[in-house]
Amino acid sequence: LAGATGGVAVRPVCGIQRDNGTKMSQDQQAVNGVSCVSKVLTLDTMNPNVRRVEYAVRGPIVQRAVQIERELREGVKKPFTEVIKANIGDAHAMGQKPITFFRQVLALCSYPDLLEDNKFPEDAKKRARRILDACGGHSIGAYSASQGIECIRQDVARYIERRDGGIPSSPDNIYLSTGASDAIVTILKLLVCGEGRDRTGVMISIPQYPLYSAALADLAAVQISYYLDEENCWSLNVEELRRALKEAKQYCKPRVLCIINPGNPTGQVQSRQCIEDVIRFAKEEHLFLMADEVYQDNVYADGCKFHSFKKVLFEMGPEFSSTVEMASFHSTSKCYMGECGFRGGYMEVINMDPQVKAQLTKLVSVRLCPPVPGQALLELVVNPPQPDEPSYSTFMKERTAVLAALGEKARLTEETFNSVPGITCNPVQGAMYTFPCISLPQKAIDKAKEEGLIPDMFYCMKLLEEEGICLVPGSGFGQKEGTFHFRMTILPPTEKLKVVLQKIRDFHLRFTQEFS
Amino acid sequence: MQSLLMWHVLTHFCYIFNHKPCFSYKKLQRRRESSAHTMSNSDQTGNESEMYVMHEICSSVKNMKQLDFSVLVRRANQIKEELKQGVKKPYRELIDVSWGDPHRTGVKPLSFVRQVLAGCLYPQLLESNRLKVDVRQRAQRLLETCAGGSVGSYSDTAGLTQTLKKVSEFITRRDGGVPSHPDSIYISPGSQWSLTNILNILVNPEASPKTGVLVPAPSHCVTTQSILGLGAEVLPYYLTEEQGWALQVEELQRAFDSAKGVCKPFALYIINPGNPAGGVQSRKSMQEVIKFVSEKKLFLLADEVYQECVYGENVEFLSYKRVLAEMGPPLSETVELASFHSASKGLIGECGLRTGYVELVNLDPSVLKLLDNLFSTNSCAPVLGQLTLDLMINPPQPGDPSYPLFYEETQRIRTTLIQNVRQVFEVVNSLPGFSCQPVEGGVFAFPRVYIPPKAIQKAKEVGMEPDTFYCVRLLEETGVLARPGSEFGQKDGTHHIRFCIMTPQHIMEELLRRLSIFHTKFMKEFS
Repeated sequence: LAGATGGVAVRPVCGIQRDNGTKMSQDQQAVNGVSCVSKVLTLDTMNPNVRRVEYAVRGPIVQRAVQIERELREGVKKPFTEVIKANIGDAHAMGQKPITFFRQVLALCSYPDLLEDNKFPEDAKKRARRILDACGGHSIGAYSASQGIECIRQDVARYIERRDGGIPSSPDNIYLSTGASDAIVTILKLLVCGEGRDRTGVMISIPQYPLYSAALADLAAVQISYYLDEENCWSLNVEELRRALKEAKQYCKPRVLCIINPGNPTGQVQSRQCIEDVIRFAKEEHLFLMADEVYQDNVYADGCKFHSFKKVLFEMGPEFSSTVEMASFHSTSKCYMGECGFRGGYMEVINMDPQVKAQLTKLVSVRLCPPVPGQALLELVVNPPQPDEPSYSTFMKERTAVLAALGEKARLTEETFNSVPGITCNPVQGAMYTFPCISLPQKAIDKAKEEGLIPDMFYCMKLLEEEGICLVPGSGFGQKEGTFHFRMTILPPTEKLKVVLQKIRDFHLRFTQEFS
Repeated sequence: MQSLLMWHVLTHFCYIFNHKPCFSYKKLQRRRESSAHTMSNSDQTGNESEMYVMHEICSSVKNMKQLDFSVLVRRANQIKEELKQGVKKPYRELIDVSWGDPHRTGVKPLSFVRQVLAGCLYPQLLESNRLKVDVRQRAQRLLETCAGGSVGSYSDTAGLTQTLKKVSEFITRRDGGVPSHPDSIYISPGSQWSLTNILNILVNPEASPKTGVLVPAPSHCVTTQSILGLGAEVLPYYLTEEQGWALQVEELQRAFDSAKGVCKPFALYIINPGNPAGGVQSRKSMQEVIKFVSEKKLFLLADEVYQECVYGENVEFLSYKRVLAEMGPPLSETVELASFHSASKGLIGECGLRTGYVELVNLDPSVLKLLDNLFSTNSCAPVLGQLTLDLMINPPQPGDPSYPLFYEETQRIRTTLIQNVRQVFEVVNSLPGFSCQPVEGGVFAFPRVYIPPKAIQKAKEVGMEPDTFYCVRLLEETGVLARPGSEFGQKDGTHHIRFCIMTPQHIMEELLRRLSIFHTKFMKEFS
C-alpha cells in the first residue's frame, strides 16, 4: 500500500555504484519479490525475533504521512495543504513553546561564555554552573557515568522524596536513561529468560503502548494480555489480572506486570485503591512491577489524582515495601515541558536483588551514557526555580498555562467526539491522548478485508488521504476483538484542535454514509 | 616508606575487590531480617537470593564481563573527592585519560558548534547580535528543519530529513564521488547504539550453533560486551603488534577456523583507525578483508569513528565503502556492509551529546524494512546531537565570519594531537620495559608494558590482572587514570595500558612526566 499512490520507480536492488533506492521503493521491491543473489543477511538468516517487532506509532501510516508531506512540497494537489500529525505525543511539533528557564540554562551549558552575559537571570546561571561543575572537563560534551551524573541522580532522588511525601529514595537506585523507553527495554532485557514453559511472561494491558509489545517480541518473551475495562473508563480490574495470569501459567512463567499510569493510549488515571489492589496481586503472585509513570504531571479530570506506585507501596507498610520489587519510569518528554527531542529520562529500582543490580549496572554500560543535555534537562525538571528565585514567576506562569490548556483540550475532545454518532469516547482523565471507540459499517469492514487491511487501519488511512490527519489505528495498541478505535493526541493548539475534531467528525459521517 | 604506601594501596583495593559483594550481601541480609516476621519458614531456610523475582536473569547479560575498570573508576572518584577535601597527595589533580573523551581531558569544545547549539536551544539569542551573523543564520536554518522549530520535538526515526541528506552528501564527498543515499542512513544516540541494533538483527539468540562475530584483539571493549549481551560468541583475531598492529588475513582465517564446533561465524567487526591499537589500514589490506568476507559469506561491520584522526605520514583514511565500490562488481554489488561514524570523535569530540550514524550498503531491502522497525522503537536520536552531526560535516567555510576562530581552534587541536603522538612515542619508548608502536590514527596510545615477574606475582596475590595492578598503582601514586590492556584483549603473556592522547599539550606533558617517574620506580621496586 505504501507505494501504491506514490508512483515511486522500482530501482535496481543491489550495488552501491547505483542509487541505493528510497525506503519506499525498497518496500515495493520486497513486495514485488525481487531478491538479491545470495545475501548473507536475509529474512531466513536474521534474528527471527526482530521480524515480529512492530511499532505502530511510527508504523506504515506515519510513513505514508511523511510521503504525503513530500508530495505536498513537490506541488502535488491534495484536498488539504498540510498534514497534521496527531499520531504522536510531540508537544513542540504541535507548537508548544519550551519553558524559558530550561532553555536558558541549557544554552548557558552549551556555550558557557554566555555566563558573562547580563541578559540571563542569576538563577539560570547558578544552575548552569552547577551542571557544568558536575560534567567531565566542565563540558556537556564529555561522557558521564553510565548510570548518569551523580549530582543529578541525587536531585532526582530528592524530587521523588518530595513527590512521595518524604518516603526515602536513594541515588544509588536511580538510573538515568535515553528517554524512558530505553530504561523500560533495559529492565525487560534483564528479566526475560528461561526456555519453553519457563520462558518469562510479561503482563501488559490491552490497549497498551506498543513499545512493550515490540520489546517483548524482540526479546522473545511471552506477552500476557490483560484487558482494561472500556465501559468503566478504561479502569484496571484485578479479577481480569487473575484471569490472564491463570491462563498464562499453562504456557509460560509470568514474572512481570507492566502498568501505565496515567494510561497511554487510554488516558485513565488509576485510583489509590486500584494501585493497592495491584500491589497486593503482585506480591501474592510474585511479580516484578514495572510502573510507567511518564504522564505523572498530566492529570486533568476533577477528582483524579496521580499516586505513584512507590508511595502507595510504602504506605502499605513493611510487609509490602520491603518485598515487592519494582521499577518506576519517568521522562522529560511529556508533562508540561514536552521536550521529546532531548531523550531524557530515569528509572528508580526498588527492592532489587543487589547482585542483579550489579548486572543492571553492567548492562547500561554498553550504552556508554545517556545524552548529557537530556540529563541536564532532567536536572532542571526535578529541581525547578524556587519561589525566592527570579525565574520562578515566569516558570510557574508557563507551566500552569500549558497544563490548563491541556485540561481544556481534554474536555473539548471528549465532548466533541461524544457528539458524533458512531464515536464514543471516555473522558481523558490524564496523559495526552484520546482513544475513542468507532463503529464501522459492515461494508467498510468487508472493503478493508478486500484490501488486506485491518478495518481501523483502513479507516485511518482513508482519513489521512482525504483530510491530511494522521492518527494511529487502535489495532496498533490492541483492543477487544470486534471493537475499533484510534489514538489521537490532544496536543494541537486549541484552535487547531477544533479544526481537527471537526474534520474527523465530517469524515466519520461521510465514511459511515459511504459504506452504509 | 615506599612499601608501606604500597601496602596501604593494596589492602585498599583488596578490600574493594573482595568485600564489595559481601557488603551488598550484608545490606541484603539486613533488609531481609527487617521483614523476616512476614516470611514463612520455608522462605527463611531457602537461598535468600532466590526469593527475588528478579533473581534469575538473562543468561547473555550474565555472560558479559564484569570489568575491573569499574573498580578503578570508583577509586578515581574517591581520590577526586579526597583532593577536593584537601587530603595530601603527591599530585594536585587527577588526569583522567581512560576514555576517548577530549573534553574530559581539557580540550575545549569548538566555539562555532556551541554557539549554534546555544542559539538553537534558546532562540531569543538569535534576535540580538550577541552571536555572529553566520552563527545566527545557521541556527535559524537548523531550527527550520526541526518539527515546530524546536529541538524539543521528535525527528523521524532515521533522523532529521535535512541532516540525513547532508550526511549522505558528506559521505559522497569523502568517498570521491561514490554515491550515498539518505535512505540507507540511520542516525542514533551514538554509533554504539546503531551497532547494537545491527548486531541485534544479525544475531539469532536461539541459533544452534550460536552466531559468531570475528572481533579484533585488542578491541573496543564495549562492542565485545554488546556482542556477548546479545547471545553471540566472540571470535578474536589478533592484530600483529610488531607490525604496527596490522591486520593479517591468515589470522582472520585462523579465527574463522577456530569457530568449528563452537559457533557459526556470521559477521566480521573491524575498527579502522584502530581502538585501542592505533593502526590505520592500507587499501590493500582492506581489499583482502573484503575478499575474505565475500568468500566466507560474512557481514562486514566497519567501525570508522576515528576517520578524522589520522597522523602518520603517507597514511590516509579510506572508508570500506569506498574501497568496496572501487573494487567494482561483483564485490561492490554483493558484500554487505554497515559503516559507523560518530560526532563523539574527531576534532569536535562531542561524546556527551550522543550522536552517531550507520550507513548500510547492499542490504536485502526486506531486512532493511525490519531494521527500520527496530530503530523506530528507539523513537529517534537526541535532536541536539543530530544538529551537532550536521555542524560537524558542514563546518564554517573561508569567508564566513566564524571561520577564522574555527580554523584557529581546529588547527590548535590538530597540531597538539600530532605533537602528542610524537611525544608519547618518544617518551614511552625511552622507558625501559615499555614499547609503543607508532600511533597512525585514533586517539589512543596502547603501549606494551613488560611487567616484571615479581609484580605479576604480586598481582596474582591480590587477584588482579597484572596490567590492572599496574594501572591501580599508577592511579594511586600519580593520579593518572588509564585502562589496563586486559580489558581489550591481548596476546597471552603480554600486557598493555591504554590512554587517550587527545589532550591539551601541557596535560600530556604532565601525564608523561608522572608516568615516567612512576614506571621507573615500579620497575625498580619489582626487579
